Amino acid sequence: MTDASILRIEGLEAKVADEDLSILKGLTLDIGKGEIHAIMGPNGSGKSTLAKVLAGHPGYEATMGSVEFRGADLLDLEADERSQAGVFLAFQYPVEIPGVSIANFLRTAVQAHLPEDEELDVFDFTDILMERMEMLEMDVAFAERHVNDGFSGGEKKRNEILQMAMLKPKLAVMDETDSGLDIDALKIVASGVNKLSEEDPEMSVLLITHYQRLLDYIKPDFVHVMVDGRIVKSGGPEVALELEAGGYSEFETASAS
Amino acid sequence: MPENETIQGLDLDEYKYDFVTEVDPVYRAQRGLSEEVVRQISQHKEEPDWMLDFRLKALEVYESKPMPKWGGDLDGLEQVLDEIYFYVRPQDRMQHSWEDVPDEIKDTFEKLGIPEAEREVLAGVGAQYESEMVYHSLREEWEKQGVIFDSIEDGLKNHPELFREHFGTIIPTADNKFSAMNSAVWSGGSFVYIPKGVSLDTPLQAYFRVNQERMGQFERTLIIVDEGAQAHYIEGCTAPVYSTESFHSGVIEIVVKKNARFRYTTIQNWSNNMYNLVTQRAIVEEGANMEWLDGNLGSKLTMKYPSCYLMGEGAHGEILSIAYSGDGQHQDTGGKVVHAAPHTTSSIVSKSISKGHGRSTYRGLLKVHEGAHHARSNVECDALLINETSRTDTYPYIEIEENDANVGHEASVSRIGEEQLFYLTSRGIPEDEAMAMIVRGFIEPIAKELPLEYAVELNRLIELEMEGSVG
Ligand SMILES: Nc1ncnc2c1ncn2[C@@H]1O[C@H](COP(=O)(O)OP(=O)(O)O)[C@@H](O)[C@H]1O
Ligand SMILES: [Mg+2]
Repeated sequence: MTDASILRIEGLEAKVADEDLSILKGLTLDIGKGEIHAIMGPNGSGKSTLAKVLAGHPGYEATMGSVEFRGADLLDLEADERSQAGVFLAFQYPVEIPGVSIANFLRTAVQAHLPEDEELDVFDFTDILMERMEMLEMDVAFAERHVNDGFSGGEKKRNEILQMAMLKPKLAVMDETDSGLDIDALKIVASGVNKLSEEDPEMSVLLITHYQRLLDYIKPDFVHVMVDGRIVKSGGPEVALELEAGGYSEFETASAS
Repeated sequence: MPENETIQGLDLDEYKYDFVTEVDPVYRAQRGLSEEVVRQISQHKEEPDWMLDFRLKALEVYESKPMPKWGGDLDGLEQVLDEIYFYVRPQDRMQHSWEDVPDEIKDTFEKLGIPEAEREVLAGVGAQYESEMVYHSLREEWEKQGVIFDSIEDGLKNHPELFREHFGTIIPTADNKFSAMNSAVWSGGSFVYIPKGVSLDTPLQAYFRVNQERMGQFERTLIIVDEGAQAHYIEGCTAPVYSTESFHSGVIEIVVKKNARFRYTTIQNWSNNMYNLVTQRAIVEEGANMEWLDGNLGSKLTMKYPSCYLMGEGAHGEILSIAYSGDGQHQDTGGKVVHAAPHTTSSIVSKSISKGHGRSTYRGLLKVHEGAHHARSNVECDALLINETSRTDTYPYIEIEENDANVGHEASVSRIGEEQLFYLTSRGIPEDEAMAMIVRGFIEPIAKELPLEYAVELNRLIELEMEGSVG
């Protein structure tokens, strides 16, 4: 899959920026165009850290290894540039921005993705926003609410997918998007992601999840097990089913020894 | 940019020099404050004797009162007061030229897209400018309804009884040192009367009035809103006001009579050398409603606490304020509400933003007098700090003499969080734009109360202020 690779992580080590705390300890992962990968792993194994390092969170520092995204050095870019290049992170804990409406926020974000001399057509934007909200079964009034302010857990997660649908990334990293969703909401979110995959078959997805449940609705091509900052096992969808049955204990003892 | 600062400083000095040498001294009062200066002002304005007496008494009160020891740092003020001219006729005020206006201010005009003609007026270098057509048709409409919207000087000349009945009764001369100073040397400002039952849809904009008066250092405004009337008055705009003078001390008096509703909106952005000390007070009668909407940007030090005296049963007072302080600036602002009648209600919402070494202080007084039973009040003050070096303090004074008063107070201090910034930048939004977005969101509850064009200007200004605040 060399030519078709979209993301290539090689021996990545990362730590908390102002501390001596290393979290990723030599992680290697290759994602091809249009592939869906799932990463599973116990709490605290570094999954969210990986997601944030990929998206360019300034609180973490990559100390070793490399990340290549569509042929460019991803670690060289600022967070906004990574987004503009096609990386999207659906947050495990979306952040509240009081006083800023979703419509305004998304308009600014979509504008930022356009070439500098191109002005967003507000009417086109509104049409697309309405269509995307319908796809995710969201009420029109949602657009005027303030970003994540007073949202339920489910609303926050759905709002992440709305943003993804508006920004049309090349690589979507989804950090525990399924947690906090009831089964109906989970189905809506999963079908939204599946539709986006159909629209752009080259879009790749990295799903971070605890549970097999999500993988019933978004079918991964590959499943990786992450323990203590490394990928300790990779395989097909069957790996997730094995984990569901046996848990992580096998790997935890393995990495401890 | 230390070089620019030096150049700016030179320009100011040069201007002072020009002023002294080139302007005919006959029409200008001398530096500093004295009985002679006060007499000259009154004489130039051809005032009745009672006003001259009023001014002279005020001068005595001013001299007898010590400088306030609270609030901002006034140490440098005495020297400023010795050096300034307490009265400059408007035509003399216009002597300096566009070249003298600091580049920084010209630049902001440019970025805000202020039309050429208005820039010069705002910078204090143009001839008076009025939006003639809009203003005159509105004016005719208002006159038909008996509305008076004049300069304060014309108010005194043309409506002497109405003027004298209220002038100096809402804010007595002796209220504080600066109200006394203003009472002695006031010049410029508005006189407004809204007759009984008249309701105005279009705001009265001081901007449409003669601009040079609005920029008076000692503006004095008197507004009388008669029973059941409704109106909105707007003063100022978000463009920076450039003034070579470094002192501004206004007095704004308002009476809102029975069942009337009135809103007074000010947005002011002074140049950074300005001491801005303003007294604003409204008397609110039975069933009436008064709202202050106050935006303070710029200046070296602003001390300003709009107040509502709720004198009649069921009166309501509201104070909404936004303060922004950048490097070297201190906004000491807030509000004051006095509940002096039963079933009166009030609300104070104050939002401040401090950037760089800027400092914001919330100072509020809430007083419920004995007999003002069933009073209800809510105070909310929120401070946003942009940098580690930014500072905020909160001084909420509450005095309650009635047991059944229902008083709420909330205060919050927040910093623009790394997580908020990361969230926005991870959507492709550049960091300074993200910062401006968070700030705009923070003031949204107040900005949404502004007329659209003001809100848009304010947002643009905040964007400009946030440029280069990163890193
Ligand atoms: N900013 C941080 N400061 C201190 N410790 C952190 C920070 N971020 C992550 N950690 C620690 O690193 C480990 C991995 O965290 P995380 O990536 O959130 O794990 P996961 O998402 O797999 O549950 C945890 O022990 C967590 O406490
Ligand atoms: Mg996590």
